[in-house]
Amino acid sequence: MSKQEFTITVYTENQVGLLNRIAIIFSRRKINIESLNTSPSEVPSIHRFSILIHETEEVVRKLARQIEKQVDVLKAYYNTNEEIVWQELALYKVPTEIITEKVKVERLLREHGARAIVIRKDYTIFETTGHREETDKLIKVLEPYGLIEFVRSARVAIIKDSAGFHSKLREFERKEPAEEVIENEFLDKQDEVFTM
Amino acid sequence: MEILTAQQSSTETSSSVERTISGGEALLDALLHEGVSTIFGYPGGAIMPIYDSLYDYRDRLNHILVRHEQGAIHAAQGYARTSGDVGVVFATSGPGATNLVTGLADAQIDSTPLVCITGQVFAHLLGTDAFQETDVINITTPITKWNYQVTDATEIPSVIAKAFYIAKSGRPGPVVIDITKNAQLQKFSYSGYTPCDHIRSYRPKPVVRKDYIEKAAALINGAKKPFVIFGQGVILGEAEMEFRSFIEKGGFPAAWTILGLSALPTDHPQNVGMLGMHGNYGPNLLTNECDVLIAIGMRFDDRVTGRLDKYAKQAKVVHLDIDPSEIDKNVKAEVPVWGDCKETLPLLTALINKRTFPEWLKEFQDCHIQEVETVIQDELNPKSAVLTMGEVIRELNELTLGDAVIVTDVGQHQMVACRYAKFNNTRSNVTSGGLGTMGFALPAAIGAKFGALDRTVVAIIGDGGFQMTLQELGTIMQTGIQVKIIILNNHFLGMVRQWQQLFHEKRYSFVNIESPDFVQVAKGYHIHGASVSERKDLRSAISKMLEHDGSYLLEVHVGKENNVFPMVPQGCGVAEIRLK
Repeated sequence: MSKQEFTITVYTENQVGLLNRIAIIFSRRKINIESLNTSPSEVPSIHRFSILIHETEEVVRKLARQIEKQVDVLKAYYNTNEEIVWQELALYKVPTEIITEKVKVERLLREHGARAIVIRKDYTIFETTGHREETDKLIKVLEPYGLIEFVRSARVAIIKDSAGFHSKLREFERKEPAEEVIENEFLDKQDEVFTM
Repeated sequence: MEILTAQQSSTETSSSVERTISGGEALLDALLHEGVSTIFGYPGGAIMPIYDSLYDYRDRLNHILVRHEQGAIHAAQGYARTSGDVGVVFATSGPGATNLVTGLADAQIDSTPLVCITGQVFAHLLGTDAFQETDVINITTPITKWNYQVTDATEIPSVIAKAFYIAKSGRPGPVVIDITKNAQLQKFSYSGYTPCDHIRSYRPKPVVRKDYIEKAAALINGAKKPFVIFGQGVILGEAEMEFRSFIEKGGFPAAWTILGLSALPTDHPQNVGMLGMHGNYGPNLLTNECDVLIAIGMRFDDRVTGRLDKYAKQAKVVHLDIDPSEIDKNVKAEVPVWGDCKETLPLLTALINKRTFPEWLKEFQDCHIQEVETVIQDELNPKSAVLTMGEVIRELNELTLGDAVIVTDVGQHQMVACRYAKFNNTRSNVTSGGLGTMGFALPAAIGAKFGALDRTVVAIIGDGGFQMTLQELGTIMQTGIQVKIIILNNHFLGMVRQWQQLFHEKRYSFVNIESPDFVQVAKGYHIHGASVSERKDLRSAISKMLEHDGSYLLEVHVGKENNVFPMVPQGCGVAEIRLK
């Protein structure tokens, strides 16, 4: 099995210390987290982690189970890039005089779907969203024109075939939940998992 | 009946009446509601309000004052192992809490239910490097099933309820609750204790899936050489009877991991012995001969499997476990039976055919005969002048008849004791399996005795391990608890020495350990003792130890350079097991 990008989506309680509890599952195994984002989810009070790593599926599956084992974690999913829609946000700070002087720069920015969010006398901040390659490309483009600062957010992702967590949560809250909630990929998709 | 109902409702009413109490008192009230009777602990600055409250609960809560917090947590582990209840520990902040770390790691890897209460500095001092402040939550995160810091007393009842529920349900484990001093002191309006029976983000066990039971049964029914390997899950699930019915109906040979030991009586005809690095010959060798490997409540530790790419490759694996993260972790399961084995085993037993495997069992017996001739005979009935560890265990077996609780430390004596000790009853083998914690046995034996007051508890410890926690002789002295201690003294750190002999050209690097006069040390704590080095004195010495009314320390000088065999050398497959 070769390594590829996987996005792990974790639904959790909003609990102090849980970020560390999840992060050390990776660091203990000396696995680098490419990016990590925590945010509210579609369900009030439920938090959502999006973790990007570059690993084999077998490793990712084991990691997801270790994460799901944590008491304050409701569910952990992992998906390949084909199974999700994702975005990253990037900010670029560029000297304003260059933008105003060189028409070419403005055109380049437009081509890359960037928009100005702050314009000051000394600098201008552009924002763009997209996949890493896209935001990376713009760095390359802006570098010759005196890119002052660059920052990129973690990946946030939506799972294409997920129906969201509302109905799942209601199940979790029941004392005797339906099978769907206590599903485990090796119980539900055994055929896929056990072809080795 | 009516009276009972009336009483019940009156209790409910009384507990629903609000009263003002401190956080410390709320904690102790919670412990009483959880059925706690024994606490192992050590006071200090940041836990003083709890100890102040404890002064009023002395009649209901038996607090055992240990000599070191590590002793407290190992004692609580021993207590949990023999009693089946949650072990409870009190320790103060800073060094008190950090001294729990080894025991927490041990309990985490060996799935021992513990609730550890640590004091913490006042909430307003958190993060200021206050006196005896340590970041206990973050230090203990990787070695706890759950941990939580309480900074407000009103949280205490619900958090303690959650702590007990988490510690004992599902796959058990240690929980740390760190309570800031202000929360211990804080008075609040207390409306009674409600135990926890559900946490929405936590599934201790699944609803058993029938289709997997059926698949497992079909696979087992088609097997020609089925082999059962079992671990502590059988004991933790209180499924000893269910397990026995399963193997007896199926006629399977069954071998145990070190923590599964005592779940099945040693002399059961289908008990074929111990798995792993120093396990028995047959179980290791024939792991690579069976066609269906039925793993029950065990986690395929590397000390059990040896090299994974040479482990049971010919077999189809049925893995019964309550923890889904264990399934497929080290060994791929053909059929995962995820669930509590108390529930899954009877379902499986109902579907399997009643069979016997005389020829297959004979293969184990033949291996055993070979092992007796090359290893066991010389270990149990040696012709050498020096005593062996094995003969001490044999004498002990003959005198206790297999009814004692045996607590072992880590090293050669542990392997020998687990290989040869006889057990009639479950929850009789207490040892540090996964973590391999030297210094575990003495405090664990104290706790084991508190957890099984009516049973004889014998601690078997090496000369090295004993010196790691011998301060707990003070706990024995002060509590008067009866623990029988056998030190198997080979004047070496024997297991490391054995490896240095076998794999490092006998370069004995710092394994030559000197010991004090153990009997004199015990005497200093008013504990009787004796030392033997002659075979003719051994039996009477053990007998005297067992009959003595009180704790007793028996030092036995054994051969200095004896090795534990068989052995699966590291990096080898189980079938490459060496008999010498």
